Formats: sequence, structure tokens, C-alpha cells
Amino acid sequence: MATRDIGVNRDGGVTASLARGFAPLGAQRLLVFGGIALILVGMVFGDVFAVFILHPNADRIGGHLLAATQAVAAGDTAAISTHFGRIGHLLENRGTKVDTHVHLIKFGYLALLLALIQPYVALAEQRRKRLAQLFLVGAVMLPVSVFCIHYVGLAYSPFQFVGWASISADLGGLLVILACIGFLSGVYQYLAGSRQPAAESEQLLRDRSWAAQTLLAGGTLLILAGFLHGAYYAGVYLYPHEAQDAGLLQAMVDRAASGNLPGATDAVNEYGALQGNKAVHIAAHSHIIEFGMMAILLAFIQSYVFLSERWKRRWVVVFLMGSVVLPVFVLLEVRWGLVAGGIADVGGLLVIIALCGMLVGVLRHTGKIDAQSGASL
Amino acid sequence: MSASRKLLLVSGLALAIWAMTYGLWYAMFAEHQHLEGMGASLARAFTRAAERNMAEAHAAIRAYADTKFAYVRHVDVHSHWGGLALLLIIFGAIFDRLGFGERARFWLAAVLLAGSVIFPLGVILQVVDRSWWPTALAMLGSGMVTVALAFVAWGFARQR
Repeated sequence: MATRDIGVNRDGGVTASLARGFAPLGAQRLLVFGGIALILVGMVFGDVFAVFILHPNADRIGGHLLAATQAVAAGDTAAISTHFGRIGHLLENRGTKVDTHVHLIKFGYLALLLALIQPYVALAEQRRKRLAQLFLVGAVMLPVSVFCIHYVGLAYSPFQFVGWASISADLGGLLVILACIGFLSGVYQYLAGSRQPAAESEQLLRDRSWAAQTLLAGGTLLILAGFLHGAYYAGVYLYPHEAQDAGLLQAMVDRAASGNLPGATDAVNEYGALQGNKAVHIAAHSHIIEFGMMAILLAFIQSYVFLSERWKRRWVVVFLMGSVVLPVFVLLEVRWGLVAGGIADVGGLLVIIALCGMLVGVLRHTGKIDAQSGASL
Repeated sequence: MSASRKLLLVSGLALAIWAMTYGLWYAMFAEHQHLEGMGASLARAFTRAAERNMAEAHAAIRAYADTKFAYVRHVDVHSHWGGLALLLIIFGAIFDRLGFGERARFWLAAVLLAGSVIFPLGVILQVVDRSWWPTALAMLGSGMVTVALAFVAWGFARQR
């Protein structure tokens, strides 16, 4: 008996239509697993980065900037060059880690979205599976390569600015784009024809369970809050912060050149505080929107989470708590310092734990389908 | 499939491809040069200050600020177009669940799409024109997305 003929009642959490869409190693299953795995890896990476790299890195950059202003006062141009070389090295380390974190999670979202629209992709299953594989290869290749940029540098590169890790990252991005173009062509073929979407899509989209409804409403509110915060930041702080950035740099060199080292040190400290202030606003804005989108996406796959209703609700509550705690306490870092940073990290951990819980539910769901499929063969 | 869902799904996928292509172009042809330029300008500013050549030091800081202004906007545009594209696709999947008629849903989808294109476009135009109108365009686009989002939240609250 084929997978499509499985008939399990609702108590079992598995329906024939869901099983059909979630065929073993099919495009949809690849994308759901790949998507959740990418998000999980991206979040764990982000937490490790925030705790072990972000803050020590910022302190080291501040130290080198201070040393550079002292070198200005002493007229030591060689030392300036050394300190800026190290600052560039530290900034590249930070930037590539942020890019790795962001791209892993964004590709995870995109994978889940592509899983969702599979019934509207009018291509043969084998081709959809190939496109899903292509997407996942690119989605792993890009962030891993970006992570390596800092360590590989320009070794053996034929170009002046771009190293092999960057080229590999660009190739990964190209694979993702090609896969998306392939899926878009499938959607176009679906829209151009008169095909009906497969039943599983309707079932996923019509999930009216408490868990799905709460994730949907909570996710939309998180996104709205993120937009309002972003608009507030852009309207009130963006241009003043940019002006202060250049102004403080000028104050550093002017005061150092005139021998006013305490004044130059004050400017370096103010510059560090400004960078921290900008970073927490941007992090809060991006995280609250990302968690909102993730909540909506997770609402769609609740039919695939094979857990009791009580446990599904628990994971939803834990997820939404973490989604609020992380951005709110990231913002409070400006006032409360590392205490707020620690609480924000706990918020991120709550989201990771909830995601792991849901992933276990999805694994149980697929295990059940596979077991029943095998038993009936 | 309703017209509003078609609009959101197709435009969302197209915008996602556009955002990724833009990011790829920027990473390949401009980002490294921008980063190198910022670092070089800043180092030059401090070196000239150490030589007590303050006019050149100030000019280097201005060059640094200009490059950073462009860099921040390029990265913002890539991430905002990409993020808004995901949002369009997400809503495209569930737009029929909004508690409004199809005509209202279609206009809401059109405002969401227009705002999602206009907002980052206004931001990137600030790089080539520092006058008021690119900022006004970005504000208009972000306002459209925010208002549409509030209506979507309301629509979900009274969903059928």
C-alpha cells in the first residue's frame, strides 16, 4: 500500500492528506526538516556568538581605538596602522558571524515557506525534490562559507578583495536563487493552468487548533511591534546617530592631535556607547520581527507536530515568551548592562527549547507515517 | 486561488529573488570595496592627525561617513526587501483567513506589496540623492506596510 492510502484518525494526528504531502524524503519533508534545522542551528550559533564573541570583541575594538588615539597624540603613524589593522580584523570577525547567524535563520524561514507552497508548485515530485536539495545545499553553503571568510582570508585568491570563501558563499547564494526561480516557475505553471491545490495544503492552512491560532495572532502582533519600533528608531535616532558617529571620530582625532588625551578618551568611550546603543536597537528590531515570522510559520506546521494538545500548547507559550523576552531585554541592555543581556540570552534559549520540542513532534509524526507505511507494504 | 493570494505569493517570491540577487550583486561587486574603503578612510584620518594635517584628517572622516552611509543602506535594503518578501509569501498562504471580503483583501495585498517595494527603494535612493524626497518615499512605504499590517492583525482577529 502506498503512503497516500494511509488512513489514521485525527486522534492519531495523521491524516491521509498530510501523509501524502509529507512523503518520505519528498520535497516538502526535506524543506520542513531543513528549515527547522537551519533555524535551530542559526539560533544556537547566535546565542554562542552573543555570549562568547560579541562583548569581548567590542571591548577589544574599543581598546585598539583608544590605543590609536594615543598613537595620534604621540605622532606614531606605524602604531596607528597596526591598531586599525587589528580593528579591521575584529570587525570582519564580528560581521561574518552576524551574517552567518542571519542567513541561516532567513534561509530556514524560506525553506519552511517553500514547504508550505509545495502543493502550488506544478512540477513533478522528482523535480521538486531536486530543487529542494539544491536550495538546501545553497542554504548551508552560503552561511558556512561566510563563517570561513574570516579564517580563509585572501589565501590563494586571484582577486584583490574577494577570497575563496566569499566566492563559495556567492555560489551558495546563486544556488538558492536558482532553486527559488525553479519553484516560482512551478507556481506560475500552477496559476496558468487550472489545477487545484493538493489537499494537504488546504489542511495545513485551515488548522484552527489553539496552538496554530495563538502562534498566528502572536506572530502578527510581534511583527507589528517590530515595525513600529523600527519606524520610531529610524525617525528619532537614525540620522542623529550617524551625525554623532562622525562627530565623535572627529573629536577623537582633534583632541588627540592637540594633546588632550583625557578628552580623546572620553570621545572613544562615548563612541563605544553609541555603537552599543545602535546595536541593541537594531538587534531588538530584527529579532522581534524574525520571531513574529517564525511564529506564523510554525502555526502552519502544527498539524505536523505529533504531540498531545497540552504539550503543543506548552511549546507555543514557551516560544512566545522567549520571543518577547529576548528583544525587550536586548533593548534594556543600554540601562541594565549584562544582567539584561543574560536575561535576553535566556529568552533566546527558550525559543530554541520550544523549537526543539516542536521538532521532536515533527519527527514523531514522520516516524508514525513511515512505520505505518512500512507495516502496510 | 483568490486574486489577493495570487498577488501576494507571486510578488513575494519575485521580491525574494530580487532581494537575493541584489544581495549577491552587492556582496560580489561592492561590499568588500565599501568595507576596505571605510577602514582605509578611518586609518588615513588618524594617520593625518598624527602628522598634524587636520584638513586631510577631517576630509578622511567625511569620506568614511559617506561610505558608511551607503554601506548601511545597501545592507538595510537587502535585508528589508528579503524580510518583506517572506512576509508577503506568508500572508499569501493564509490571506483567505482574513475577516474581510475579497475586494478589501486585494486592496490590502496591493498596499502591502507597494509599501514593501517603495520603502527599501526610498532607503537606497538616499545613497544617490540626499534631499528630502527619498526619505519621504521611505516613510511613505514603511507607513503603508505598517498600516496594512495593522489591518491584517485586525483581519485575523475577526477571521472567518
